[in-house]
Amino acid sequence: MTGKKMVNTYLYTRYERFWHWLQTTLITILLVTGFEVDGLYTLMGYGTAVEVHNFVGLTWLIAFAFFVFWLLTTGEWKQYVPTTKKMFTVIHYYMIGIFRGDPHPVPKRKEAKHNPLQRIAYLSVAAFLLPIQMISGFLYWGYNSWAAWGLDWLSLPVVAAIHILGAFGVLSFLVGHVYMTTTGHTLFAHIRAMITGWEEIQEGVELEDWEKRQRKGRKAGEPEAPSA
Amino acid sequence: MNIQSNEARCTSCHAGYGWKDAKKFDFTDPTRVDCLVCHEQTGTYKKFPAGAGNPVKETKVFKGNKKTYHPPEWNKVAQSVARPGRKNCGSCHFFGGGGDGVKHGDLDSSLMKPSKTLDVHMGVDGQNFDCVRCHSTTLHHIAGRVYTTPASKHRKSLIEDDLASKITCESCHSSTPHKSHNKANDHTDKVACQSCHIPEYARVQPTKMWWDWSTAGKKKNGKPYQEKGELGKPVYDTKKGDFVWEKNVKPEYFWFNGSLQQLTVKDTIDPSKPVRINWPVGSREDEHSRIFPFKVHRGKQPYDKVNKTLTILHLFPKGKDDKDAYWKGYDWNKAIAYGQDYAGLPYSGEYDFVETSYVYPTTHMVAPKDNVVACIECHSADGRLASLAGFYMPGRDDFKAINVFGWILVLGTLVGVTFHGLGRAISRGRKED
Repeated sequence: MTGKKMVNTYLYTRYERFWHWLQTTLITILLVTGFEVDGLYTLMGYGTAVEVHNFVGLTWLIAFAFFVFWLLTTGEWKQYVPTTKKMFTVIHYYMIGIFRGDPHPVPKRKEAKHNPLQRIAYLSVAAFLLPIQMISGFLYWGYNSWAAWGLDWLSLPVVAAIHILGAFGVLSFLVGHVYMTTTGHTLFAHIRAMITGWEEIQEGVELEDWEKRQRKGRKAGEPEAPSA
Repeated sequence: MNIQSNEARCTSCHAGYGWKDAKKFDFTDPTRVDCLVCHEQTGTYKKFPAGAGNPVKETKVFKGNKKTYHPPEWNKVAQSVARPGRKNCGSCHFFGGGGDGVKHGDLDSSLMKPSKTLDVHMGVDGQNFDCVRCHSTTLHHIAGRVYTTPASKHRKSLIEDDLASKITCESCHSSTPHKSHNKANDHTDKVACQSCHIPEYARVQPTKMWWDWSTAGKKKNGKPYQEKGELGKPVYDTKKGDFVWEKNVKPEYFWFNGSLQQLTVKDTIDPSKPVRINWPVGSREDEHSRIFPFKVHRGKQPYDKVNKTLTILHLFPKGKDDKDAYWKGYDWNKAIAYGQDYAGLPYSGEYDFVETSYVYPTTHMVAPKDNVVACIECHSADGRLASLAGFYMPGRDDFKAINVFGWILVLGTLVGVTFHGLGRAISRGRKED
């Protein structure tokens, strides 16, 4: 670490933390029950697994609608706007710098919680992978109503295949995501932040232009290059 | 097997007074219908097994079962007539094929006084339904027969039409009989109630699963004999060959729209593989078809090697000197020649045995709801529906390519982060040194 002073900062609001852990729980249950329904193992019994999966899936769908509402009304969606700026610096950091003990090239700030790599990853997950899971899952759940919904041209194996493929995607994301939480300045710094809302971040780091270009009425500070 | 040329024996159930000869019997004559066998309640009215549908005129012993048959006391018997009970129906339907549980796996004498666990409707400790509670009749037209053709096209409840000729489970239970939002209600469009609610048939008494005529004719000390097996049932009979009996049998499942297609003795067969004597009609695409449970009775029986047809067998002797009858002369060639000639069909003179199968829809012995077939028994790769191809079923079918790709993705990520983590641990260790 650098000699820079670390400041305890309130990064994640109560709703964000609640949503994060709710979604963690829902997705975990969905993965566990989903793979049982797919025939990978027997855990709670097929019928129970189906019932739990359906109930939790629908719960997630509704909760996600609230999350989207929150994103839109708070403007937090801007945190997910992808950028290529510093993308390679960040990749370079995770490939090499992290082993040398270099500081993170794009440290967290309240107004820019996600580095460019996170932006692209979370955007792909939240705007692409998860909606695919939700839509394919909802259709799967409604299989018996397809004719009534005018969707009888759909094919169950195709919907199922997409849903299973998506599940592998989510599981793979989960593995990477959990690992990445250990890459803070201490092993549990990121997890602590997601529980308490507070994380120690480098003092005096200013937002760069690209990180806040969507924000109006805010002065751009002097870009400060992270010290090597 | 055939009734023709064996009428005197078969017609103790295949009804009609004096049906000795199919060629001369008048099926339109209502006086030939035996009212008593269905309606008398004394329990003393018995047809002589080989009496062409007639009871005996004087006391007589039937060699086949060594039972004594007395002439009915006609006055008592006639005065006892009433609504048919289980005994009336069961005296034929429980003993089809010449013995208890030979033909049907879901109909045998255990249904005379069943417990609720054997049949939730008929259980004497439960609803105590008799047969005609479901098989209701209008002017002697009996509802709920499986073999009607064409099969009922529509799922009717009795509330809509209490004269529906085809009574099914849904007639009383509707097509959404489970609690609302229960996934089982979503199954009733494709899965018959019986498929889940009759987990096994022959749960009290064994039923015959295999009948190999090709081994018939063996004798002990020059005499025909019978051998009993573990389940107390004959496993060999000189007259009939080898049998296999089973208890608690899981049904086999096929798409079924209510119709069964029959092979006739005039149809050409392919003896290189098992021949289906009948089979359920239906398909995944047919909206009237459901997945339905069947007992499949298999066996071996003679066929004409040259003409490639099944054959009419003359089994039951018409008299003491009828050496053509197999059960007298034990000569298949003669028995086939006689049977084919009797039916007016050609016979090449050469026979062999072919494996055959015959399906019986399984619809009785409905278990209480706690004993239904569990989801996983079908929704698994080697489950009950493993051989029912042509559609995707969660838990049973998988997508190989997706699974391979998916696990490479997940395990690849895992391996990646593991090495990344190890790298961090090592590099940090070095710095601290």
